[in-house]
Amino acid sequence: MRNTWTICRKELGAYFASPIAYLLLTMFALIFGFFFWNALGYFVIEGMQMQLRGETIPMNLNEEVIRPLLSNVSVVGLFFIPMITMRLFAEEKRSGTIELLITSPLHDLEIILGKWLSALILYACLLLFTALNFTFLFMYGNPDWKPLAVGYLGLLLQGGFLLALGTFISTLTKNQIIAGAATFGVCLMLWVLEWSSGYDSATWALVLAYFSVISHFDAFGRGVIESKDVVFYLTGIFLGLFFTARSMESLRWRS
Amino acid sequence: MIIVKDLTKKYAGATAVDRISFSVAKGQIVGFLGPNGAGKTTTMRMLTCFLPPSAGAASVAGFDVLEQPFEVKKRIGYLPESPPIYPEMETVDYLRFVGKLKGLAGAELEKRVAYACERCSVADVKTKLLGKLSKGYRQRVGLAQAIVHNPEVLILDEPTAGLDPKQINETRDLIKSLAGDHTIILSTHILPEVEQTCEQVVIINKGKLVATDSVRNLQERARGVESVVMEIAARSGVLDPEPVLRRLERISGVGRVSVRQRAEQAAVFEVESQKGQLVRGDLARAVVESGWDLHELRAAAMSLEEIFLELTSSATPAETKDATKESQA
Ligand SMILES: Nc1ncnc2c1ncn2[C@@H]1O[C@H](COP(=O)(O)OP(=O)(O)OP(=O)(O)O)[C@@H](O)[C@H]1O
Ligand SMILES: [Mg+2]
Repeated sequence: MRNTWTICRKELGAYFASPIAYLLLTMFALIFGFFFWNALGYFVIEGMQMQLRGETIPMNLNEEVIRPLLSNVSVVGLFFIPMITMRLFAEEKRSGTIELLITSPLHDLEIILGKWLSALILYACLLLFTALNFTFLFMYGNPDWKPLAVGYLGLLLQGGFLLALGTFISTLTKNQIIAGAATFGVCLMLWVLEWSSGYDSATWALVLAYFSVISHFDAFGRGVIESKDVVFYLTGIFLGLFFTARSMESLRWRS
Repeated sequence: MIIVKDLTKKYAGATAVDRISFSVAKGQIVGFLGPNGAGKTTTMRMLTCFLPPSAGAASVAGFDVLEQPFEVKKRIGYLPESPPIYPEMETVDYLRFVGKLKGLAGAELEKRVAYACERCSVADVKTKLLGKLSKGYRQRVGLAQAIVHNPEVLILDEPTAGLDPKQINETRDLIKSLAGDHTIILSTHILPEVEQTCEQVVIINKGKLVATDSVRNLQERARGVESVVMEIAARSGVLDPEPVLRRLERISGVGRVSVRQRAEQAAVFEVESQKGQLVRGDLARAVVESGWDLHELRAAAMSLEEIFLELTSSATPAETKDATKESQA
């Protein structure tokens, strides 16, 4: 446990010592800020038009602003995951520092958990930036905080899953760029799988859709915790880390 | 302290290390010598539990590298071929990080980090980023990293690579001073390094053990003869080497005599004699009595370099048998 924390601290140091963390934070904040003010602007105009037309259906901040924004975050997150995980193992393999880790009295799992945790913390920092925007809604409106919290839980779970996947892919190569590109490809695949159920309701399409990470986020976005979604993400995290461990083992047998 | 028995490593297709056996006693410094691609790094990686052996066994500090890697890892300090440093870290932070990985904490950690900094003379770059250090300093930080937790066994892969001559000497002295408390195995292809630093030498070539012996024995074993180098000059005029050769060969106990270098007035001869025959006095007397001048007379100790070349270029069956016999002993 202590070793996991040592590794995690070292990884966080590496993220924040290089421009990568700040670059990701800035980009994420800009992109999300853009979405946020767009959604808000739309919401305000919509509201004014409804008043002009004399309609009195109460508008719901949660449904109209927060929910679409959360699902935007979940998609934008897909593009940031590879940039977070690509260096985790590839960099250590390239520079030879993996020799230090492996010849130190550590369990593989401690190394893997430490690295994954650091990636998750950086991802949580990105999410924190989006949360800052939402505080505006609480200052000027009266949204329900519970669905928002559930949404963030979903984002963390989804992030944890994809980060575990990225960590695994990073053990497969010495080249960060390859690790990043492969992770990006896989993330993209997992996203578009959902589309197959749009035009076809055959079993295979439903099975494919089941593996779409995004479709499991829908319920979280509505503020509902469905156990099947939680199970999906937790299983994904477990499998991702499990394969990372296997890959680390075979790394020694192969190299 | 280190026992290696029939250790073998096969990479896809090629055998990098082929059934090598040797052992290292506690407190000794052993030089692991071989040309490029001999399998030094591969062997060290197996000893440090980085790579599993394909066959054979190795134990370090009493623990088998396959059965109890965790116990082995606790007791070794390892400097890989390229120092395992993180460019974005500062020197002390890095040494603290490594110390923690090796199980140090609190005041003990700080004490050991300060000690390692001082021992490896990196105190003046304590707060510099490792990525901005020169190659030599990185190497020193790598060495500091290996000794930070005071391990029983030090495994150093080419510890002096990339250092300047002054640093090389300091590093060798450092390594020598570490022996006794630590058992050290270091790889190199620089022969004087082994002659100066190590007590014992293990020579491998193309994955096979060529010889394992003490440095002194190896020098003597290479040839059963002693040779003497003499520079002889004519008192006046040109020196004809022929009569000198014939005169020297007549002395009893002298074997082959050859001309190494010749100039107008003087020539350098190499005189071989059986070991234990004290011929130098006779040689000097003969030269002077025959009317020549003797400018120099010295024993030509066979350098390890010659031994090394001889052993690695012509690994005849006889020598191989010799080597295995000794490794078993
Ligand atoms: N990962 C690998 N895959 C396949 N072959 C390898 C691998 N690593 C090393 N080898 C081969 O194993 C042999 C021994 O290599 P090794 O690195 O142990 O040599 P070395 O004695 O350390 O050489 P040097 O003095 O150049 O460092 C070489 O022929 C090398 O090509
Ligand atoms: Mg090597």
